[in-house]
Amino acid sequence: MLPISKMQQTYLSQIRRHRYRIILIRLFLILAFLFLWELSAQLHWIDSFIFSSPSRVCTMLWKMCQDYSLFYHTGITLAETLVSFFLTILLGLGCSVLLWYQQSVSEVLEPYLVILNSLPKSALAPLLIVWLGANTKTIIVAGISVAIFGTILNLYTSFLEMDPEKIKLIYTLNGTRKDALFKVVIPGTIPLFISILKVNIGLCLVGVIIGEFIGSRMGLGYLIIYGSQTFQLTLVITSIVILCLISLCLYLLLAAAEKTYQKRTVR
Amino acid sequence: MKPLLEIRHLSYSYHSAAGETYALADLSFQVEKGEFIAVVGPSGCGKSTLLSLISGLLIPEQGEILLSGAPVAVHKSAIGYMLQKDQLLEWRNIYQNVTLGLEIQHKMQPGNIQKINQMLLDYGLFAFRNAKPSQLSGGMRQRAALIRTLALDPDLLLLDEPFSALDYLTRISVCDDIYCILKKEKKTAVLVTHDLSEAISVADRILVLTSRPASIRRIIDIKLNIPERTPLASRNAPEFKNYFNQIWKELT
Repeated sequence: MLPISKMQQTYLSQIRRHRYRIILIRLFLILAFLFLWELSAQLHWIDSFIFSSPSRVCTMLWKMCQDYSLFYHTGITLAETLVSFFLTILLGLGCSVLLWYQQSVSEVLEPYLVILNSLPKSALAPLLIVWLGANTKTIIVAGISVAIFGTILNLYTSFLEMDPEKIKLIYTLNGTRKDALFKVVIPGTIPLFISILKVNIGLCLVGVIIGEFIGSRMGLGYLIIYGSQTFQLTLVITSIVILCLISLCLYLLLAAAEKTYQKRTVR
Repeated sequence: MKPLLEIRHLSYSYHSAAGETYALADLSFQVEKGEFIAVVGPSGCGKSTLLSLISGLLIPEQGEILLSGAPVAVHKSAIGYMLQKDQLLEWRNIYQNVTLGLEIQHKMQPGNIQKINQMLLDYGLFAFRNAKPSQLSGGMRQRAALIRTLALDPDLLLLDEPFSALDYLTRISVCDDIYCILKKEKKTAVLVTHDLSEAISVADRILVLTSRPASIRRIIDIKLNIPERTPLASRNAPEFKNYFNQIWKELT
């Protein structure tokens, strides 16, 4: 390897310093927020009964850890989210492949998909409860309903955006439409597919929480509703904090998957 | 002896809601086995359409295209088609790219694989067989695309401006490479190009087309008085300039 020149060294250290500064400011923001929140609760600037406080949230977390309810409710919500996420992937992939295969079907269905996609899915939740009952099935369906239409539309669009010359290549090699799908269209859209997944996991979580709001006796969505109805706002805020952590973890997981894929393809 | 490719009174037009575009009008010519034919013509005159028709990607509206005396649909796999860009798939390595055709046609038998490996060796790509297309130079990519086409052992090769995406220097050397490979493998080829020098340097005969709808303006036999013909050497042949001027006049 060539020795690094002085200018390059300064440049690299500048980049590094910039990155540290960003991380530091981020940390500072959250700590300052927590500090101010705690301070104003202690000094009674705000009513800690309504606004709670970091220390109350921590106590609540500790209590929930001890009686295992934290793991129980978080686990339920997480499991429901993951199940609806995987079903969304399967269904979405299946439907968009079907639309790509039979483009007259997609011409017919397009307006309906657009309407269903822009429909606020929380409006469907009461119906789902009545149709499917107040159970886990309903919640998973609610999760799927939020993410599925966007998935189909986005995937199908990215299928269509595949370079037509690459598809022509398959035909010049005497391939069929099926070959074009499996050799070009699907492998070529994997990067976009992963970014669609990153959006989807959040949407599934939204759907699951909506479902739990109205049709469940367990999960974080239930805790939020229960807490607000019994005026235990610390419980509500604690659940929201856990939700934040869950969505962060899920996102990071997919970002890691994306990175692994990129490394494998580019090397 | 029957010609390898025979085109009789071929006509084709494109249809769109805005109207009809006549691309080819009553085109007839023959290609003998082992010949290298170049097709030149004004840009947009329907040269690529001609190749798409010969390859069977488009169906003729009128006229016939016969390969060894039978309609092309019967012998589709006897035709290899090289597109303008190499179209190597970025998510596959070079080896997976050159075997794409075999994979699609379920012909991954040891004999065919052996042939591919030999071609990769002969044409300097064996060391790069595990590399991604982005790690190769333009010329190497084009050679990989050629091996992908030759892997299916076509009787007739269609080349649609295969060098147009390359810079001038690479273009001349890749053209030399590919010409020698095709001659060595004893392939019949139809090359579409807008580069007159390129056409003269490789072709045994040149088809000069009219502007749209394309028909044949003239067919010119190229006879160069040089001992061992390669595209690069051809450019130094005394007749080269005369042919160039002749075709130039036909086109303008």
